Amino acid sequence: MRILLNSNGGKGVANSSGLVGKYIMDTVGTGVNGHIPMLENCPPHNEDGAGGSHFYSPWWLYQEQAAGKTDFPRGYHIEMGGSRNMPMGGNPVPDDLTLGSYGSKFKEEARRYYGSFVGYACRGEMIPNEGSFCELDPTVKDKWGVPVLRWHWKWSEHELKQAAHARRTFSELIQAMGGTVRTPKSDDPLSYIETGGKIIHEVGGAIMGDDAKKSVCNQWNQTWDVRNLFLCDGSPFPSNADKNPTLTIMALAWRTGDYLIEQARKGAL
Amino acid sequence: MNNEPRPRLSRREVLKWFAAASAAMSVSELELFAQSGTTAALARKGYGTDPNLMKEYKPSDAWPLILDAKQRLTVKTLCDILIPADDLGPAASAVGVPEFIDEWVSAPYPIQTADRPMILEGLAWLDTEAQKRFQKGFAALDAAQHRAICDDICNRSTTAAEFKRPAHFFLKMRSLTAGGYFSTVDGWKAIGYVGNIPLATFDGPPKEVLEKLGLEQTVK
Repeated sequence: MRILLNSNGGKGVANSSGLVGKYIMDTVGTGVNGHIPMLENCPPHNEDGAGGSHFYSPWWLYQEQAAGKTDFPRGYHIEMGGSRNMPMGGNPVPDDLTLGSYGSKFKEEARRYYGSFVGYACRGEMIPNEGSFCELDPTVKDKWGVPVLRWHWKWSEHELKQAAHARRTFSELIQAMGGTVRTPKSDDPLSYIETGGKIIHEVGGAIMGDDAKKSVCNQWNQTWDVRNLFLCDGSPFPSNADKNPTLTIMALAWRTGDYLIEQARKGAL
Repeated sequence: MNNEPRPRLSRREVLKWFAAASAAMSVSELELFAQSGTTAALARKGYGTDPNLMKEYKPSDAWPLILDAKQRLTVKTLCDILIPADDLGPAASAVGVPEFIDEWVSAPYPIQTADRPMILEGLAWLDTEAQKRFQKGFAALDAAQHRAICDDICNRSTTAAEFKRPAHFFLKMRSLTAGGYFSTVDGWKAIGYVGNIPLATFDGPPKEVLEKLGLEQTVK
């Protein structure tokens, strides 16, 4: 987007719609950790795979949503993990659970609590909105004098309600295991939804569509205004599903490649 | 004892521990002991580029180590009180933890420089307190005398007002000592980490774990 907006002497290219930089999205993220007393003092065992590489919960409330029982559109998946992973320098035992102990007693307590924590994280779909966009900064330039981007971010009530739903769900899961939620409670979703850009699934900004007035690219990632300009990153995403975007970016780029070869052969570029 | 050779704690190891330990830092601690000129000056000046991880550095190459012999001895004594040798494994000083703490208080990064005054103040307090109570330096005390002092400062939430600052220091030292110790091979054994090995097959959770949790293996 920065290249598009700075091109053509600062007038920009492929921007007859005025939408370059608009509708930036990231993933909705929030997490909850808990302590599960039942997992204390477990016999040591190899739990290296107890994480995202081996389990995952896709969005499961399609029917409730269709019946109008959720207060937000779209959904999120759950990523979760245990805590019997390799200690690598951080203290693996929370201070508050072992206050007052030192010496062999502390070593025994460390062994007792190690591995007795679980964590859940929400990764959800953001609905694009007018308040999340980037534009050329009117004053700040890089060391070559080229304007940098200035970012604007807004979570709408859709994302905030989704994050609140995830927090409730994760807390219930931890309590159902007889555990204690360790993540501080809050009634303000803005205090716990991850900052826009934090999940680094930034997409949008040159959205795809079927109307040149309402989008920057067509379905082939080809800009409406410049026929030999294709955008093969996440910028043509008109929506951002809860799934990580990389594979979709690759699939769209592949499709673009096929189209590009075909069009080149026809001499249409 | 303070003449013992510098151990082989590689720069790579130090930086790895730092990254993980910094991530575990609590914000309230940073605020309570935040100071100072040092941090602010560093923020303005910066601390240069990252070390070249392909190069073998010796201690003090990247930044001077600031603990003197007496402070190092107090650190070593306290580390081994926090994590002594027992049937779970060796003492903290046997796996390089005091050297890790020397690196920690000496490093130029914001989190470490913020900890520095608390740790130096705490080390000095231990010696003053030992002199006051037993007319000896902290390192020279016997086990019962060590316990007498440590019991007064080991619990931040119940400690007397006069011991509040030493209690914060004690908890910080315990956290750093545990972080360093449990990231070593001996520490893994002590805490019960048994992963990081290749598996030809995965046969599910071990029987004794299922039994403890009252579960049955249903997926074959």
